[in-house]
Parts: sequence; structure tokens; C-alpha cells
Amino acid sequence: MTKETKHNPTILENNGLQEIERDYFCDARPEQSRPLAKYIEKFLNWARANSLWMLGFGTGCGAVELRPLMTARYDMYRYGIAPRPTPRQSSVFIIGGYASVKTTKRIIRSYEQMQQPKFVIALGSCPINGGMYWDSYNTINRIDYYIPVDVYIAGCMPRPESIIAGFDLLKKLIKDGKAEGANKYIENLDWYKANQKKIIKDWNMPDYNW
Amino acid sequence: MADILRTALYLLISLFVILNYGLLLNGLVRKIVARAHGRVGPPIWQPWIDILKTYAKRTAVTHGVMFFLGPVFRLAGGLGTYLFIPAIYGSVVFANLSFSGDVLLVMYFIFFGQLGMALGAGEGGHPNSAIAVGRGLSQMTSFEVPFALSIIALAIQYHSLSITEIVAAQQGGILTWTIFTNPLATFAGLFALLGMNMHSPFDIVMAPQEVPIGPPTEMQSSFLGILQTNRAIFLSAKLVLFMNLYIGGATNIFAMMLKTFMLYMLSVVVGVSFPRFRTEQSIRFFLGIPTLLGIAAVIIFML
Repeated sequence: MTKETKHNPTILENNGLQEIERDYFCDARPEQSRPLAKYIEKFLNWARANSLWMLGFGTGCGAVELRPLMTARYDMYRYGIAPRPTPRQSSVFIIGGYASVKTTKRIIRSYEQMQQPKFVIALGSCPINGGMYWDSYNTINRIDYYIPVDVYIAGCMPRPESIIAGFDLLKKLIKDGKAEGANKYIENLDWYKANQKKIIKDWNMPDYNW
Repeated sequence: MADILRTALYLLISLFVILNYGLLLNGLVRKIVARAHGRVGPPIWQPWIDILKTYAKRTAVTHGVMFFLGPVFRLAGGLGTYLFIPAIYGSVVFANLSFSGDVLLVMYFIFFGQLGMALGAGEGGHPNSAIAVGRGLSQMTSFEVPFALSIIALAIQYHSLSITEIVAAQQGGILTWTIFTNPLATFAGLFALLGMNMHSPFDIVMAPQEVPIGPPTEMQSSFLGILQTNRAIFLSAKLVLFMNLYIGGATNIFAMMLKTFMLYMLSVVVGVSFPRFRTEQSIRFFLGIPTLLGIAAVIIFML
């Protein structure tokens, strides 16, 4: 890296990577995405709200409450919610319960790989305030220090009904154009990155996982 | 000039109808499967919303030129398959670009999209894509064998490689349909159709819960949108081709929809009834009874 680029704010430093690896990763800084004209954006937001693909990444014990959602009893498909196994294609990330430091690293990687607009639901007490793990040595207490959260569903564990209610709230936020967490993340990227690097000691990935 | 413009207009109408028909089929089948599970299921218009949502993503990440071209090749494969099949016998608008050797070109286009997609998915660099591409191509080469044998048998039977002529020869009532005049070739072809539609037991390529969603793992935003568009076009194109070859084609759009729906339900019913084959099992299956049926059909009509 040359001296000019070091002070260039549009380029990430990727300090966690070894010198030889830096060429393989993108070091561009992400940019905020702008909504389109008013009525077009309203229409697209309606489509986004009615086609929520959630990332199938059970980050903690709360993920066990997501399974019943797919069954005949709760049937989330009728609300346009479907699981998607890859972060590239999904638009909702559910933090299902406690996030250990090791998982948080994967949560950040997966979150950054999702395409905008993307939404986050914090499920259960643990990602909201630590819950029963608040003094644990290897779990984080508040997930919203590390990625922006749109909807919180409290409980230990929340029932599938509460999850559906949470999805309803998320839909309302999306339709009102208030679910702009991805832009908030990019706007405050330095703050989020500082928080993330404070807890993840073995930071061996690029500063932004494109 | 006016001729070209008119043909282009007809092609656009034909494509618009077939795209929406493919999406409707997807929505209907999701609803039917949900009802079979005892669920309410997604609304029938869910595929339209999904496509709109995917195109409306604000960002997209590319991995290189081939990654761009993968979905484009795939769509070209779907369009090419559909545009050279006469969808409705005797209709000017839905005659598409059919010509005297179209069945060979259509067979080529069915293969073409998958190869393009393999290159695009390879550049994505995701290991799951590479695994799924390997599985997909090997499964495809195996179901091409009964399919090709079946087409050869039809070509010998009707002395023609033109889909229009094959449909014309089946217009004398139900008993002139290929399924009655040449049942061996028909069953070989229908087995190949099961493989092409990639429902269970032949869904090892997409294999949900195993190599999540297969080749398009890295595809997002409009890349995925193109693939979803193609999935609808390609699905109805294959069904229209099989309808033309084996069950007498269609003389109006309602007959076309009814027959293709029944053909699709064959895949769906087999799909919800049987568990998934592994790759080598499905290869062994296609090279077994379906291939023997195809060979028998060719031999019978050569004698």
C-alpha cells in the first residue's frame, strides 16, 4: 500500500490481512444506497415487505423456534417469508439467541455479504441485553453495537407467534421506508468496526466483506 | 421490414405470455404442495413479488466477466429453447421462429444454458456451486441419452426433424398422439422430462439442505432475477416441447395450458412421492430402463 492511499478515506486498510493476502480482497469502502423516486420506492418497498427471505443461519438456541414457523401449524410461507440458505440472496437476518464472540465474527461476515436493503431481527433476550449470558466470558451482550437492528423480539424464548408479530412489525417498517439499517451501518462504519475489533481479537478478514 | 417488425412483436407477445404462464405454474404448484402438507401456502402471485423484490435490490456484487455472462447465457438458453418451438399449432402469434430442423436446435439450447451457467457459477468461486455444477452436468449428460434416443425414434417415425410437422402428424384425434403410436419413445422422453424438471428424486443439483441452492449460491440481485425469469420461461418451454412431441400439441391456448399443466403435475406428483437420488443413483437410473426403452423404440421403428 502506498502512502497516498493510506490517508484516502475511500479505501479500507485491511490491516487484519497479511500483506500477501491483501490483493485478493476488495478494499473499497461501501457506499450508502439511495431510495428511488417516492411512489416507485413505495411500490418496491411493498414488494420487499411481502417477499422476506431470511438467512438460514441459526446463531444460537433461539433458532429452534424458527423451525415450527415452517410447519403446517404456523406456516410462515403464507406471509411471503421463506428461508434462504445463502446470505447473498437473503434479505432478513435473524440473530437467533446468544451470540458468542466466535459466532459474532461469522454474523458480521454474513451480514456484510447480504445485498441492500437488508434487515435484522434480534430474537430473544440474549442479543438484546445479554439475557442469562450477560456476564459470560465469551458472549456479547448487545448485538446492536456490532450490526444495526430493525426489530427486537424479547423473550426467552419467544414463541413462534411473537416471531410472526415481529415480522409484521418489520413489514410495517419496510413499507413506511424506515428500515434503512444498511445505510445506517455504512454511515457509522467506523464506529461499528471499532466495536467489532474490540471484541474479535483474531481479526483475519478484510475490513468489509464484500 | 414490416415483416420483421411484426415477427418481433409476435415474439414479444409470445414471450410475455409464456413468462407469466411459467410464473403462474410455479405459484400454483407451491400452493398445491402446501395444501398437500396441510398448510395455507404462499399466495399464487408470490413468484411475481419474489422476482420484483430481487430486481429491486439496490446493490449487486460481481466476481468477473464470466459471472456476468453466466445468467445471460442461461437466459439465452431459455429464450432459445422457447423461441424455436411452435407453442400453438396453427397460430401465427405463437408459431415463434420454428423452421424445418428446429428439434435439433432446441435440443442444443436445452444444454447450452446449463453450460453457460456452469462457467458463471464457477467464477463465483463458492465450493457449493462447483459441487452442484459437477452433479448437474453429470446428471444432465445421463438424461440426455434417453431424450436423444426418443427424439431419434420420433424422427424415424415421422420422417421429420420439424416440430411443426411432428405436431401436424398427430392431429387426427387422440389415438394419433405419439403416446399411443410410439409409447416406448414417449416413456423414455417422459423419464428424461422428470430429470430436466429437477424435482425430487432428481433434485440433487439444487439439493436444499445439502449444497444449499446449488450453482446460483453466489448469484444475487439482478443476476438472480435473470435466473428466476429464465426458470419460468425454460420450464414452460420444456413443457411445451414435450406437449408437442408426445401428446399431440395444442391448437389453442387453453389446450396448451391444460396439457402442459398435466405434464408438469407428473413431475410434481413424482416429486412429492419419492425421496432424492444421489448423483450416481440417478445416472444409473437414466442409463437403465429409460435408455433401454429409447433403444427399443429406435430399433422397432428402424425395422
